[in-house]
Amino acid sequence: MSHAVAHPAYDYRTIRHFAIMAVVWGIVGMAVGVLIAAQLVWPELLASEWTHFGRLRPLHTNAVIFAFGGCALFATSYYVVQRTCHTTLAFPNLARFTFWGWNLVIVLAAITLPLGMTTTHEYAELEWPIDILIAVVWISYAIVFFGTIAKRNTSHIYVANWFFGAFILVIAVLHIVNSVQYPVSFTKSYYVWSGAMDAMIQWWYAHNAVGFFLTAGFLGMMYYFVPKQAGRPVYSYRLSIVHFWALIATYMWAGAHHLHYSALPDWAQSVGMVMSIVLLAPSWGGMINGVMTLSGAWHKLRTDPILRFLVVSLSFYGMSTFEGPMMSIKTVNALSHNTDWTIGHVHSGALGWVAMVAIGSLYHLIPKVLGIAQMHSTRLINLHFWLATIGTVLYIAAMWVNGIMQGLMWRAVNPDGTLTYSFVDSLEASYPGYVVRVIGGGFFLLGMVIMLYNVYMTVNDAKDQDAIRDTSEPEPAAA
Amino acid sequence: MTYYDWLGVLSVVMLVMFIGIGWWAYNPKNKTRFDDAANSILDQDPVDRPNGDKH
Repeated sequence: MSHAVAHPAYDYRTIRHFAIMAVVWGIVGMAVGVLIAAQLVWPELLASEWTHFGRLRPLHTNAVIFAFGGCALFATSYYVVQRTCHTTLAFPNLARFTFWGWNLVIVLAAITLPLGMTTTHEYAELEWPIDILIAVVWISYAIVFFGTIAKRNTSHIYVANWFFGAFILVIAVLHIVNSVQYPVSFTKSYYVWSGAMDAMIQWWYAHNAVGFFLTAGFLGMMYYFVPKQAGRPVYSYRLSIVHFWALIATYMWAGAHHLHYSALPDWAQSVGMVMSIVLLAPSWGGMINGVMTLSGAWHKLRTDPILRFLVVSLSFYGMSTFEGPMMSIKTVNALSHNTDWTIGHVHSGALGWVAMVAIGSLYHLIPKVLGIAQMHSTRLINLHFWLATIGTVLYIAAMWVNGIMQGLMWRAVNPDGTLTYSFVDSLEASYPGYVVRVIGGGFFLLGMVIMLYNVYMTVNDAKDQDAIRDTSEPEPAAA
Repeated sequence: MTYYDWLGVLSVVMLVMFIGIGWWAYNPKNKTRFDDAANSILDQDPVDRPNGDKH
């Protein structure tokens, strides 16, 4: 038998831990989401000082974006960068530190947010000592990731790494600039920015958190895991190059669309709108590139629920990146702003795209980093797929109906110029949509619980086969 | 040249760079190279190759 060629032993330990914690934090974050959705149906539910909607809502967003999404991004980026660069992680101990540091940030968020410690900047609520910890962990992440690219054994840097690299760099810049605060005590600080400048910096931060954390990073997953799972190269590598540069050049400018009809200068609002519309082109270029990768392999969708997760995530990505530019048009925004339509849009991206592409990637990755052939149960993956899809559709359909209805009710005026409806009228009319949302969110959460069980059983399978290795070094070959 | 003039120059430079990237990506001379890059994750990963383990 031929001797195994010398190849790097990929470092899987930190990836395993991040992958499992992604599932655990996914359940925690989505459970808090279902709870606060239920609070909008039953307002008395857990209405204590620490657990009312206002305190738990930032906990939900932080947990699903940074805990679930973040752990999935760490796991997949550490996996993809090693396997495409044919080398091990640079600074494995620093990679361990990013795992413990990031999870400490999440635990601190879960403690401080219900206690009411907040900077008030959306998606950046954590107070200054935690901000410093995030910066330290993030810079360590950058050192590990770019250090691994620097010691690669390939001449070309595969496109997935560009997306991961852009995501890591931009998040470092966004986080540091949007965290410039005067501390007045250990748990309270004030931003150095104020007024319209503060608002613009906040939405430059928050929209690029969407663009780079929730888009570029997850496109990195798409460009590796879709071709791997389909067993075919990406439809057009050349399109992926143009996609990358167009996306990162455009996203930076779109944040102002969150501030339409505000004190922000009108020209800045228009720039935000125009750049958001331009974003449709790179977004759909990327989506088409991912979906077309399946051409000639469509039959695999019938038997492979992991591939189905990945492809359906791209459909939702295409849908929400069409909806987003439309909502950024000022006249449309006049209807949609502050309504549940925005919540529906966010969740078609967050559940349909971000969570589904992450779940598909994790189902691909977890058996590999455990050293076994496949997940414990493909049937349970299939069940998870349908729960996630139905849950997402129920959620976003309910919020679209609610949002458009609210927008129309709020702007309706009688012939004498008085408002036709009070705010409470629109709230009462929204009630059925809120019930449907709880059901949809519950479906999605149930799917995650099934995933955790499947992952737990897969770890057991790997233990039974004594397959778990810190590295992917093959067993000494038997003759 | 004022600061605002330089911003205009920067916009032109960015546009030219972007067109350049598109030209580079779609230049027929580079086709094989990018096809190789696309295939690299499928046929060059040592762990996936017949001599490595299958995981």
